[in-house]
Amino acid sequence: MDIHEYQAKEILSGYGVKIAEGGMAYSPEEAVQRARDIGGHIWAVKAQVHSGARGKAGGIKICKTHDEVEAAAEALLGKRLVTHQTGPAGKVCGRLYIEAGTDIAKELYFCFLVDRSSERIVMVGSAQGGMEIEELAENNPEAITKIYIEPAVGLRDFQAREMAFALGLDPELLSHAVKTIKGCYRALRDLDASMLEINPLVITRSNELVALDAKMGFDDNALFRQQKISELRDKTQEDPREMAAADRGLSYVGLDGDIGCMINGAGLAMATMDMIKLAGGEPANFLDVGGGASAERTEKAFRLVLADKNVKAMLVNIFAGINRCDWIAEGVVEAVRKIDMKIPLIVRLSGTNVEEGRRIITESGLPIITAETLAEAAEKAVQARNEAVAKEAAQGA
Amino acid sequence: MAILIDETTRIIVQGFTGKIGSFHAQDMINYGSNVVGGITPGKGGQTHLGLPVFNTVKEAVQQVGAEASIIFVPPAFAADSIMEAADAGIKYCVAITDGIPTQDMMTVKNFLRRLPIEQRMILTGPNCAGTISPGRAMLGIMPGHIYMKGNVGIVGRSGTLGYEAADQMKRLGIGISTSVGIGGDPINGSSHRDILEKFEADPETKVILMIGEIGGPQEVEAGMFAKAHMTKPVVAYIAGLTAPEGRRMGHAGAIISSAGESAAEKVAILKDLGVTICSTPAAMGETVAAVLAGM
Repeated sequence: MDIHEYQAKEILSGYGVKIAEGGMAYSPEEAVQRARDIGGHIWAVKAQVHSGARGKAGGIKICKTHDEVEAAAEALLGKRLVTHQTGPAGKVCGRLYIEAGTDIAKELYFCFLVDRSSERIVMVGSAQGGMEIEELAENNPEAITKIYIEPAVGLRDFQAREMAFALGLDPELLSHAVKTIKGCYRALRDLDASMLEINPLVITRSNELVALDAKMGFDDNALFRQQKISELRDKTQEDPREMAAADRGLSYVGLDGDIGCMINGAGLAMATMDMIKLAGGEPANFLDVGGGASAERTEKAFRLVLADKNVKAMLVNIFAGINRCDWIAEGVVEAVRKIDMKIPLIVRLSGTNVEEGRRIITESGLPIITAETLAEAAEKAVQARNEAVAKEAAQGA
Repeated sequence: MAILIDETTRIIVQGFTGKIGSFHAQDMINYGSNVVGGITPGKGGQTHLGLPVFNTVKEAVQQVGAEASIIFVPPAFAADSIMEAADAGIKYCVAITDGIPTQDMMTVKNFLRRLPIEQRMILTGPNCAGTISPGRAMLGIMPGHIYMKGNVGIVGRSGTLGYEAADQMKRLGIGISTSVGIGGDPINGSSHRDILEKFEADPETKVILMIGEIGGPQEVEAGMFAKAHMTKPVVAYIAGLTAPEGRRMGHAGAIISSAGESAAEKVAILKDLGVTICSTPAAMGETVAAVLAGM
């Protein structure tokens, strides 16, 4: 789960990280009021969307007058911000963070990540800030310092000092830097964050270390013990279909294709989608219904897939382990009858009680296309999709 | 032979008396696994499914010689159960539980590493279907009947995709020495590489099928190990050709977050390392068959 910049800053501020003065605004009037409250002569109006690289996408505007603040707020609120991280659909900006302008002397890069190779938290920093870390890693890997943290021991002062020196900080800033770095680490550990990025971390002209941006992502598996973090969820930043699926205990990711999928198991789901693509089609979604696909769950999954109006054909691929094919088949038949499905449905069942499952599908009298193997299922789905599209075109003409 | 488990392995179930634990314990017993008891703290001394219940793993090790354990404990407590097994001297542990926090798994891995590798408990999972040595023992939640006994080792992240592979092989008359699910989480007990090493040392295994997916470094690390240290052929399929960057595809670990983690990139690297790639997920069985035929 991701949170907004302003939320991350509030958290980090509580852990001793210095941030610029700022406040939230939900309207242009409020934005101007926040600028007045903050005072000074320069403000940053920052779109709060769950994405990095907002600056490049026009989501951060530097303003020198209250009129400019108002105009910037008007331009950003309600707008879809498209960054290279959001995908082409972008994310709607419904909140703004108005922040006092910072007099920047130098920009640095700083983050913590879970490193899957070493199975440890790694602290990453570079004296060359203001760039995306991916870019830096490609162009100038020597400029990046990585320090691995022993889980049982935690981040030690010497490691924080090593990072501070690698960032090229003035010795005068050392104790504050150690406090900032350790504060970030404690926030990450205490709150089950899976990443924390400050890009840029800046040195101001008055020689202070300030987090100019802040991004935190949290481990979904740990939200059960992070009630306060769960409450920070902003549903407007997430795909409504994915949210609806998650609320029903289903794992769904919407994609751009037109063949709807319902599969049990994440690996088999990805493999089935690969098979659709290799057969010349494009999947409309990833949907893992999990192990215990009851009739009720099956119906919910069908409704979810069919809520996507692009879907021209639907493929069900279930390999029953704990489950039984006959139960799945009954659920599918019931769902098709209840929903009054208009598009072609291809069902492939395998595993426990497969003969019984196939018999139920065949005897239902419903126009369900069945397949025995994964390859056959994908081919039939693509064929049915192509026929449906051709039929639509013929009707249109 | 086979790896990790056989018919003699003395198995206990952690989370024994719960609904899920009971169901799968019975299923494992029916398959022929040597289940010798289970753990439910506070229910020690009782009998469940005709077997003794213990309060602690240590008691099970002392009293019934438990060697392997399987964990059905809820996510909030599962890391603790894994560490209890390791501390009690269990040699091999399968964690079925899905949803264990990443930081808990970091602690678990750190705890396991306190012993030298030859004394260390082997952990597979969490968030996996378990391990099966067909015809001998099942330490997992898979449908045992779809696996035929034979000479191909399977290692994979996904449960159902592993079933798909076993099914494709059975249709072609190819059997399996052991199939190991390493789970879909970003930090897991054993990596693809760790399991390849075990298959390389197993005289019964002739070919290994590695079923990987997007995200993480483990498939490539396994490929590098295979090139440097293995005599046996490795066949691989990497799921997630259509997965967009930055989106979690079900498994917590299945997310493309840095360079080299997409299916296409992993396939290209593995090919270079001499691994035979299955062109489609429907061709896992026939690709293994072709490699076997060429030996």
